Amino acid sequence: MALLSHNAYDVSHNQNNTVAGVTLGGFWVPDLYRVAIVGSGPAGLSAAAHAAALGMTHVLLEKTDHLSDTIFKYQKGKHVMATPSNLVLRSDLDFDAGKREFILDTWNRQIEEGKVNVRFNSEVVEIAGTIGAFEIKLKSGDVVKAETVVMSIGTQGNPNKLRCPGSDAEQIQYQLDDPGEYVDEHITVIGSGDAGIENALGLAADEAQRNIVSILNRNAEFARAKAANVALLEEAEANGRIFVRRETNPAEVKDGELVLETRDGTETIPCDRIIARTGSQAPRKFVESCGIDFTSEDRAAFPQLTPSFETTQAGVHVIGALAGYPLIKHCMNQGYDVIEFLSGNLDLKPADEPILAEKFAALPGNRTVEEWLEVFNKNIVILEELSPLQMRELMLDSDVRHYGMGDVIFVRNDPGSSMFAIAEGGVAVEVNPEDTSITVPIEQGTIFGEVGLISGRKRGATIRASEPTTVIELSRGAALKLIATVPAAGRAVNRITIERQLLQMFGSGLKKDDVAALVEAAELVDVPSGKVVIEEGADDKDIYVIQRGSMIVEKEIGGKPVFLSYLPAGSYFGEMAVIDGSARTATVKAAIKAQVVRFPGEVFTALMDRKPQLRARTMKDMASRREVNEFIEGQKDSFSGAVDMYSQTAQFLLDNGLGEATDVLLIDEKLCVGCDNCEKACADSHEGLSRLDREAGRTYAHLHVPTSCRHCEHPHCMADCPPNAIKRGPDGEVFIDETCIGCGNCQRNCPYGVIRMDAKPPKKPSLLSWLLFGAGPGPGEASYDWRSKKSAKDGAAQPKTAIKCDMCAGIKGGPACVRACPTGAAIRVAPEKFLTFTKLVEGAD
Amino acid sequence: MASKANRKGNFAFNEKRRNTDHSSFLTHKGFLWMWIAIILSGASIYGYLTIEVEPRHNGGSWFGYTLGTIGALLILWLTMLGVRKRRMSAGHWSLKAWTSAHVYLGLALIVVGTLHTGFQFGWNIHTLAYGLMLFVIVSGMYGITVYASLPRALSNNRNEMTRGEMVDALAAIDRQLESAAQPLARQDSDRVIAALKADVFSAGFTARLTGAYPLCATSRAFSAFSKGQSDEAQVEQRERVRALLERRKDQLAQIRRQMRLKALLEVWLFIHIPTTIALIAALTAHIVSVFYYW
Repeated sequence: MALLSHNAYDVSHNQNNTVAGVTLGGFWVPDLYRVAIVGSGPAGLSAAAHAAALGMTHVLLEKTDHLSDTIFKYQKGKHVMATPSNLVLRSDLDFDAGKREFILDTWNRQIEEGKVNVRFNSEVVEIAGTIGAFEIKLKSGDVVKAETVVMSIGTQGNPNKLRCPGSDAEQIQYQLDDPGEYVDEHITVIGSGDAGIENALGLAADEAQRNIVSILNRNAEFARAKAANVALLEEAEANGRIFVRRETNPAEVKDGELVLETRDGTETIPCDRIIARTGSQAPRKFVESCGIDFTSEDRAAFPQLTPSFETTQAGVHVIGALAGYPLIKHCMNQGYDVIEFLSGNLDLKPADEPILAEKFAALPGNRTVEEWLEVFNKNIVILEELSPLQMRELMLDSDVRHYGMGDVIFVRNDPGSSMFAIAEGGVAVEVNPEDTSITVPIEQGTIFGEVGLISGRKRGATIRASEPTTVIELSRGAALKLIATVPAAGRAVNRITIERQLLQMFGSGLKKDDVAALVEAAELVDVPSGKVVIEEGADDKDIYVIQRGSMIVEKEIGGKPVFLSYLPAGSYFGEMAVIDGSARTATVKAAIKAQVVRFPGEVFTALMDRKPQLRARTMKDMASRREVNEFIEGQKDSFSGAVDMYSQTAQFLLDNGLGEATDVLLIDEKLCVGCDNCEKACADSHEGLSRLDREAGRTYAHLHVPTSCRHCEHPHCMADCPPNAIKRGPDGEVFIDETCIGCGNCQRNCPYGVIRMDAKPPKKPSLLSWLLFGAGPGPGEASYDWRSKKSAKDGAAQPKTAIKCDMCAGIKGGPACVRACPTGAAIRVAPEKFLTFTKLVEGAD
Repeated sequence: MASKANRKGNFAFNEKRRNTDHSSFLTHKGFLWMWIAIILSGASIYGYLTIEVEPRHNGGSWFGYTLGTIGALLILWLTMLGVRKRRMSAGHWSLKAWTSAHVYLGLALIVVGTLHTGFQFGWNIHTLAYGLMLFVIVSGMYGITVYASLPRALSNNRNEMTRGEMVDALAAIDRQLESAAQPLARQDSDRVIAALKADVFSAGFTARLTGAYPLCATSRAFSAFSKGQSDEAQVEQRERVRALLERRKDQLAQIRRQMRLKALLEVWLFIHIPTTIALIAALTAHIVSVFYYW
């Protein structure tokens, strides 16, 4: 056994005194630990600390030579936050918001003081055996035996290793912490992504280090990297600072040399160090190889767990981020809890109990948390399959509410992406906005509001409680997680969505039974961006409904595709061919990644034969669509230039994210004088930081899309926010609330680069004192210098958090960027309103 | 921000806003302020022609005082644009609407102010105020002209590059030039050094407004390298430097055009605003003296 921690445990406290052991290096090592904990992140550390405190024989296996690698790799001095603030910490280790160094120092000290048995440099490669006798194989070949296993390996995964002879050589490293520490070396970076390019640029940045840096790319192009990085790399190549080798693979790593396989044969270059940045392998495969089942095939799925965190492999437990809890406090609490469960305390209430109790306090009936969870679990169809642990997790991200008879739950046209489930009672949907007395009931146990969730669009109807009703409002994140991880719930939500969308789209007169055949025949189709769904001239006869994403309609005129119109989620298309049996008159393709529901034409025709009002309605829609198409075709003959301009401008805007936008800032550069008043107004309307960059971004025909939030229907930034701090507000704005922990995930996930990480600046002197006495930096965003000096002087340095446009929600008068534009160049528009011939062609002059 | 989550949305307002027609400050609301300005001017002219004032129209008649009061209040209100522009407060106001009103009412002031004088001019504080007013308005007319005509050129010249990117692009060329010039002979490398050393951002007032930089070291170096050289040494290296100098010249030209356009868009404000302040001072003196010598 290699590195054994200097801390041995006190055997006399061991309750499993039957274990045999050996003495090694002066320490007694048992043959069989009570628990082996894999991974020393917050969850694993907390578990090990509690095991040590209870005197349970344990070993904490850590892959690297230090504790808590993820936090260890945070940049120096990073402020680590402790959310949610209302969750109590239950751990033998201390944790509060603070600097990375302080937190790591505290844990290192407490792990030492607590006599926790840590085994560093012990990467686990296999977990074999069954409960009571697990054999944990390490990379070194050693085997650790334990009765139970706690896996707390997080979700970072392992970097992909090089696959060539010599790939275990010492000169290969998978991370570069400080490019400044290497001098006079031949260094080869392998990998064509941003990480590889940034490392290569860092190593070559300072000529005084005299490094000879090469970067290898398997392909001819650096397609996966950001354009800015590629440009910098090409510049470095032109200057001879970096050798870029395209279509080259490593063939063999030798001592001081690297053999390359190039297009023209093999070549050997001197090489002292290899930095491999070829992506990483998610831990799922490894977890599954240990006999642990996941809840579904979905990438977002988590391992199936019991209330005591036990997986489908009895005796193996999963906690922390891998179990779906990305926040440090949750992880530490689970570490404590899992050890309590293992020590036999099965009555332990989770630490979130008081939070749930508070949530349920307003509900009538005086039930306990457990009783309520049981009611929800039993009554609500889509929650039936959830374990108590999953129920608790779901409820943490959800709200419960009670409504009296007749109370409004939400109003038509409210933005909203949450989904509701009726736990007790029932609601009525006002299907006709003109006549609120016409309602359709939704009964106990089912859901509503799912259209907003799936399409990202506004609420389609007002909903009232038709009797005293208790509902759960599942946040977008919680609902999507549920759909992804519980297949039955996903199917149920889909079915209901299709049915309700049909009823809503074709108006009153249709009943659930009428569309049953259509729903039965419906098929959900994923459409990647740009893919054609209907081809002009084809004679297929299906009809489609856009469930999420958006579509564009094009027609070939004079040998060129001409943009006809834009179809947002919630519209249907393909009806013309169904009704008049003709060939397809136009091409419909996805503007962005979309999901459509396909219905066979004949089922729809049958329904129209039975329901003349549906036929009338469809004919009316069709006529107005034909009119638009004919207008543009007619224009084409006389004003060919205008139509081309319309078509190309629309395509340009769609390429720049309008296809998924709900509210986007555009600048007409025929009017923009470059005064930057929009940026100044933005900064002054918020905390002093501008959330838009006027100059950056693309321009076509003088229409400019600046770097500013598009308030996407399905915001990419929301995808991976540990504290769920990104929400959609009542005006449809996507905003970040004060629980942001500054992790930067949203910034990385936003494809439009509109999120910045910055500290809230100090207060500026008033406008009047600037005007009269020149005090402070004046209107607009203060310079970085002024901000950092002033906050240092005030002693009120703030942590960096994510900052983005909130559409000036809550500010009377609406978006400041538009109000503050002196010439009318800045406008904010919705794509379905702006992508029309009139708006695009007959714009301002 | 809990209040934010509980806030009620304003769907109708936002939906109307998102459906906005984009119109410039000149065409704002179907030329609303132009019509108001025309009506104001028309009414003033009509009054001037129809109202009998003895012995003749002048600033001191009741009609003259009326026009004077309207004019003075207009001037004070027009100056408030400077405050409105800088004060971001909540509310249903639009700076575009303010600009539109500023432009048309400012033009109407020519009529109102001139009729107020009753065409009586002299070498006094009263005519000074009138003269300053006209000067401010004329500078404003220049402003309208450039605001209406230059943004297109600004946009074309920018070609999707930001200020930062232009400067970065120049710096990137400079780094390449520096290493490419290393092997050159003394005379050649001196030319490159002269080009690199020149501070491209410190340009005189005329250079900035005209965009002409006759002493540009980069252009000089470029033409020297383009002429060629009798001995055929370093042909390849010189050609590389020549190409880089050409790129530098083009990049500099873009930056200079940008600075020129921005200067043309801003230069009038350096006249418009100080003259406005002088106008307000003269106007005060004009009003005080009129009442003092009543």
